[in-house]
Amino acid sequence: MAKSPGTLEQLRDQYGPHLNYTPDGGWGKESRTQPDRLVKTHCCFCGQQCGIQLKVHGSRVIGFEPWEDFPFNRGMLCPKGVKRYLQSNHQDRLLDPLLRTDSDFVKASWEEAMALTARRLREVQDRYGKDSVAVYGGASLTTEKSYLLGKFARVALGTRHIDYNGRLCMVSAGTAYKLAFDVDRSPIPWSEIPKAQVIFAIGANVGECAPITTDYIWRCRDNGGKLIVADPRMTPISRNADLFLPLRPGTDLALLNGMLHVVLRDNLQDDDFIEQHTTGFEAVKASVARFDPRMAAAMTGVPPEAIEKAAHMFAKADRAIAMHARGLEHQSKGVENCSALINLTLATGHLGREGCGCTMITGQGNGQGGREHGQKCDQLPGQRSLLDPKAREHVAGVWGISPDELPQPGYSAQEIMNAIHAGEIKALFSICFNPAVSLPNADFTREALEKLEFFAITDFFLSETARYADVVLAGSLQEEEEGVTCSAEGRVIHIQRAVDPPTNARRDSEIICDLARRLGKGKFFPFETPREIFEELRKASRGGHADYYGITYEKIDAQMGVFWPCPTLDHPGTPHLMQDGISFYPDGKCRFQLAEWRESGDPVDDTFPIYLTTGRVVSQYLSGTQTRRIGGLVDIYPEPRVEIHPRMAEQHGIVDKDWVTITTRRSAITLQASIVRTIRPDTVFIPYHWADKKSANMLTHRTLDPRSKIPEFKVSACRIQKADGPPSWATAEVLVKIAPAGAAN
Amino acid sequence: MINFDFVDRAETIATAAYVCWHCEDPTCAQVCPADAIKKGEDGVVMSALKPRCIACENCVLACPFGIPKIIPEYEQMMKCDMCYDRTSVGKKPMCATVCPSQALAYLRPEDIAHRRETPSNVFYFGAQKITTQVYMMTPPGTDSVTLDITEFMWEKANV
Repeated sequence: MAKSPGTLEQLRDQYGPHLNYTPDGGWGKESRTQPDRLVKTHCCFCGQQCGIQLKVHGSRVIGFEPWEDFPFNRGMLCPKGVKRYLQSNHQDRLLDPLLRTDSDFVKASWEEAMALTARRLREVQDRYGKDSVAVYGGASLTTEKSYLLGKFARVALGTRHIDYNGRLCMVSAGTAYKLAFDVDRSPIPWSEIPKAQVIFAIGANVGECAPITTDYIWRCRDNGGKLIVADPRMTPISRNADLFLPLRPGTDLALLNGMLHVVLRDNLQDDDFIEQHTTGFEAVKASVARFDPRMAAAMTGVPPEAIEKAAHMFAKADRAIAMHARGLEHQSKGVENCSALINLTLATGHLGREGCGCTMITGQGNGQGGREHGQKCDQLPGQRSLLDPKAREHVAGVWGISPDELPQPGYSAQEIMNAIHAGEIKALFSICFNPAVSLPNADFTREALEKLEFFAITDFFLSETARYADVVLAGSLQEEEEGVTCSAEGRVIHIQRAVDPPTNARRDSEIICDLARRLGKGKFFPFETPREIFEELRKASRGGHADYYGITYEKIDAQMGVFWPCPTLDHPGTPHLMQDGISFYPDGKCRFQLAEWRESGDPVDDTFPIYLTTGRVVSQYLSGTQTRRIGGLVDIYPEPRVEIHPRMAEQHGIVDKDWVTITTRRSAITLQASIVRTIRPDTVFIPYHWADKKSANMLTHRTLDPRSKIPEFKVSACRIQKADGPPSWATAEVLVKIAPAGAAN
Repeated sequence: MINFDFVDRAETIATAAYVCWHCEDPTCAQVCPADAIKKGEDGVVMSALKPRCIACENCVLACPFGIPKIIPEYEQMMKCDMCYDRTSVGKKPMCATVCPSQALAYLRPEDIAHRRETPSNVFYFGAQKITTQVYMMTPPGTDSVTLDITEFMWEKANV
């Protein structure tokens, strides 16, 4: 049903991505125009949520000014933050709702689009049942929008199936921290990082994906700290690593268990901490007995001496911090990987003291806040479980419904797409999610989207996923609606409405409330402003682990952010969790978790002998819906390239800039080669921000971690072959841009 | 206005970002036939003065650091002027304000006294000695940085 209308070329001509290089009216106007006001807010992109001031003139954002007083980034910004304002006033911006016809999208009135959406959703539910409609959310939404969307799914639609794109980010880490500490948040604020003597960064491309964290690590090194980096590639921070562990993709667990083995073998564990603050140590001790350095080395490809050295450096340091990101988490054993890292932290007693801890570097803008208040398929506001009768009673009470009316947990993000493909889910309401680019096995995602009987999407640009929608609702950019987000450190911060949505575009929360009213549930959605939503959220989260009850917009502004939990209005917030090693479990103990080895879901073999790993570049953000429209960012890294080690390149007769076809058990794509000595010789790397035939996710597989349901983006099996020539997308125009004659890089 | 590139991407992830070094005796100004490049009393070397610049590119060719650029649409040499609009009113230059790793930083000497590296501002390009206002952090005990261009030429020829 929902086949993309018209040709790709037609859609691209009209809706982009087009490149915006200059502010509205050009640089001359920008430098002559004095802003009416500077709005202190935050970057719309990653989980660092840097403070930034937007220059506003009239109803337009015309530039930015660093915000040096904001304590997290003190004025620092990455290229995405510097250029972010160029998405405002963009020619591709959706200014009206669109309806799909057989050949095109046509502009519609809000009345028409909303009435159709409500009618079709109701028809599908009447015919196939409540759970035949699913809702997708996203972790770039403010916490108010995330909360509202969870309530919308469960109260207005009454469906079990709501999940969000944070499922593709770090849910495995969240699950592991929940198992170990009964709370899903970084235990430490970033201000602890410079105080450590040893930083161990595993699967974390800090320089490109969390750029401001680089400064914290460099300050640690300026103070004499040592840096250990484990990654299949030399990422920018590894240039200053004291010890670099170039492990094989998907073998982090063997490395971590190997390090714990060495710690225990050499009696470097902290017996007092283990005794006083933990349970489950003996079972974990027994499980790592077989991971001696020789075996860990055989599995990881890292020399045994290096594994021993890493274990000694980490354990012998009085103060050490282990940090991790998608490399550790994007695996079908992502929970085990993170548990193994927590085990190492607990065994060495590096928790609850100055300059100590383990921490996840949450990736998405509101990756933390967006997962705390009810758009996860199994959670209610306040980081409560949807299975907990007390939690159901509390939230149902705040919402004015009976606990029995609350649906049970539903499918996770990939499972929803699988159910759409299987015909079980017939309709989808999506906001802030571009699964056509971000879910693994993109052909499968496309097939599924084409099967939907009804698909409504809310977005500000026509994303690759929106091409499949029956109704496109023109929503708002981050700077067009007030709200809060929660950064990677657990700091709740205030997003300001700098401008209003242009022309006929609407605030996201207004769209959701309007739809709820049209579904006959208006009395549960009386909200006129985000502040009203936040007031209800405070009550709904009250008493949960992620307790926002004591947080107000005014307190956030006065304190430059409030760390949760913050249970009362006079509470200052909680930057450090688990002070003195006391977990959130009723007994206060931290739980060692067994972290057993399991093979990847897409193992290498004779036909597909090469590891494929995917990731990011500094100039692009997630599926690129925003950043692929900003000229200055696209120029930094215009098209995806496949990184290949010279040794592998030689075996395949490939030289730098050759076109190379990468084939996996799903599909094949052809990209230009970047021959670099900074990657393992048995591994190739592709950044994933692009769509269609340039999409790394054409190649990845749908194996999920069984507990957290995170896909295994970081490990696939592939083969490579020199291509006869450029692929069809590499037009003459593209070729000039990516391979100018005589260019050095 | 900043030169940024990978040093040798095939071999390493190392990158280098250079602003203008603001030489005490700027080579760009020495070679300018139109006397368009001025250094202020505060030591900041400015972009070429638009009314004087003839876009001859002498400065582009002569600067040993490779800093000046001719902007064709303005027919003028432009380069880093230490964000004069910002630094003249007590702010940091934009690059040093936003640099996520603080590889470019605008600091007082006492702020970096505890660092392991030594700040250097004396460069030798062959026989030419240049002293600059901008410092480079170099290995401990370094008193100057020497670059012999011919060495790089030989290395290239041997590959």
